[in-house]
Amino acid sequence: MTGAHDRHTRKGGRLRFVLLAAVAAVLLSPLAWMVSRSGMYGEVLSDRIDGEVPRFALHTRNTLLIALLSTPGMVLSSAVVAYGFSRVRWRGREAVFFFVLATMMIPFPILMAPLYLIFRELGWLGSFKPLWVPAWFGAAFNVYLLRQFFNGIPRELDEAARIDGCGHVGIFLRVILPLSKPALVMVAVFHFLYVWNDFLAPLVFLLHQDQFTLALGLSRYQSTLGGVRMEELLAASTLTIVPVMVLFFVAQRAFIRVGAGSGIKG
Amino acid sequence: MRRRSSDRARDGAAVGLLWISPWLVGFGLFMLLPILVSLWYSLTDYELLSPAEFVGLANYTDLAGDAVFWKTIRNTAIYASLWIPLQTVIALVVAAWLAPPGRLVGVFRTAIFLPSLVPIVAASLVWLWMFRDRQSPLNAAVALIPGAGAPPWLTDETWAMASMVLVGLWAVGQPVVIYMTAMQDVPETLYEAAQLDGMGKLGCFWHITLPMISPLILFNVIIGIITAWQVFAQPYIITEGEPNRATYFYTMYLYDVAFQFRRMGYASAMAWVQLLIILSLTAAVLAGSRGLVHERSL
Repeated sequence: MTGAHDRHTRKGGRLRFVLLAAVAAVLLSPLAWMVSRSGMYGEVLSDRIDGEVPRFALHTRNTLLIALLSTPGMVLSSAVVAYGFSRVRWRGREAVFFFVLATMMIPFPILMAPLYLIFRELGWLGSFKPLWVPAWFGAAFNVYLLRQFFNGIPRELDEAARIDGCGHVGIFLRVILPLSKPALVMVAVFHFLYVWNDFLAPLVFLLHQDQFTLALGLSRYQSTLGGVRMEELLAASTLTIVPVMVLFFVAQRAFIRVGAGSGIKG
Repeated sequence: MRRRSSDRARDGAAVGLLWISPWLVGFGLFMLLPILVSLWYSLTDYELLSPAEFVGLANYTDLAGDAVFWKTIRNTAIYASLWIPLQTVIALVVAAWLAPPGRLVGVFRTAIFLPSLVPIVAASLVWLWMFRDRQSPLNAAVALIPGAGAPPWLTDETWAMASMVLVGLWAVGQPVVIYMTAMQDVPETLYEAAQLDGMGKLGCFWHITLPMISPLILFNVIIGIITAWQVFAQPYIITEGEPNRATYFYTMYLYDVAFQFRRMGYASAMAWVQLLIILSLTAAVLAGSRGLVHERSL
């Protein structure tokens, strides 16, 4: 922006500043309120959470366990599949890739009743398996993210590796994966958040309170413990947000770029 | 360029399919199979305790006469047609303010994006209490308006729907960031040329920015349609579909039919109807946007 242009729009700039501040304040106010109300309970927070919301620690452990069991599979499988769409040249590749993208349009609610029946047949209901085994087959969105990233890695590196005697597996392991660490971490982060936030699938597939994830447990503290007060619920909610915020601030730049932009440029 | 592409060996389709086989197997087991299974069950009466019994199209004809089914379709359609346009307009305006550099813009970006990261259950609980508590920022702000008491956020049919839309709009930061990134990618030369022609700021936004990012708007509208037809956690936690089923949405009914009433055949028919609704709405939006959306390759 040139100086002249700047001067020209200074007045508009001030108005813009005020409007943006207003929007930000409105959007942040529920968060700020929640944190402050639960903060009033600061001293007794841990006691409350342990005492009156008894399964909080257990539900946290369950969620982390599911994330731990599923994330390696999600990252690995999505990367392998993305390699197949980025570096392996085969007939029909673009058409199949388009099909993979199209499957993102099929939402979970459409699948939940038949999946319930299938998992029931397999004896998986009431275990964590319905929540982590499918992750080991990758996910269309993550495949898409990684393919975009792989496509940005210069092909000359493949050629060099090929001359050194590498096949596809060698190129994947020695060239693509080491250069894709940021993207792989992003997929892991996205998947962790997905597990952390997921509500409907745990609601459908988990049968016992002891197995609930944090999101599911949180939704129940309200109804099962009639005596739970607003402050305690807000405190518990705040605690579920903390890891998300920490991840966000650690990976902020990549978050905004990969989360928002990737879809678009190719 | 030519040399490079002819140098590279072409792999057989078998090699390609082998690499993508994890996804193919997963798709087959956890998507295709359930869809086919539910097509079969949608033609049966199956209440889990007794074996499925073939009933032909009875589930579908029952749906046509099911008042609750139509109510949830109507509610979901109302929600979608309020939330998607509002979200799109707000996101575009805010993104246009956020895109250029300026004082504290980085802080504002973070502040606006942050609420969209709040897990859905936590967000629903926060809003439940935003509506209920007299001293919440929402009710405190309303109290500042002279003569206005706190509206019956969750107890009046119209207000309850409005409240659901409000909760949905809290996540506006997601599309804001998407639009903002795209706006920053619009070549500066286009604006310079337009300014030489005497075009003002609004003119630039209307004639350059919007057409240039139109593929993304289309993309977001389609995502919005899919999201709106999946809405579940917010009404489940905040209103439980009340009052008088005014916030009882399609996916809630599907959940209740499948897992409360245990009518798997009927639920499967509902799932198929939902799939057809989403597909036909998407096709309609794609067809309707032809000519409006600036062509750009994926």
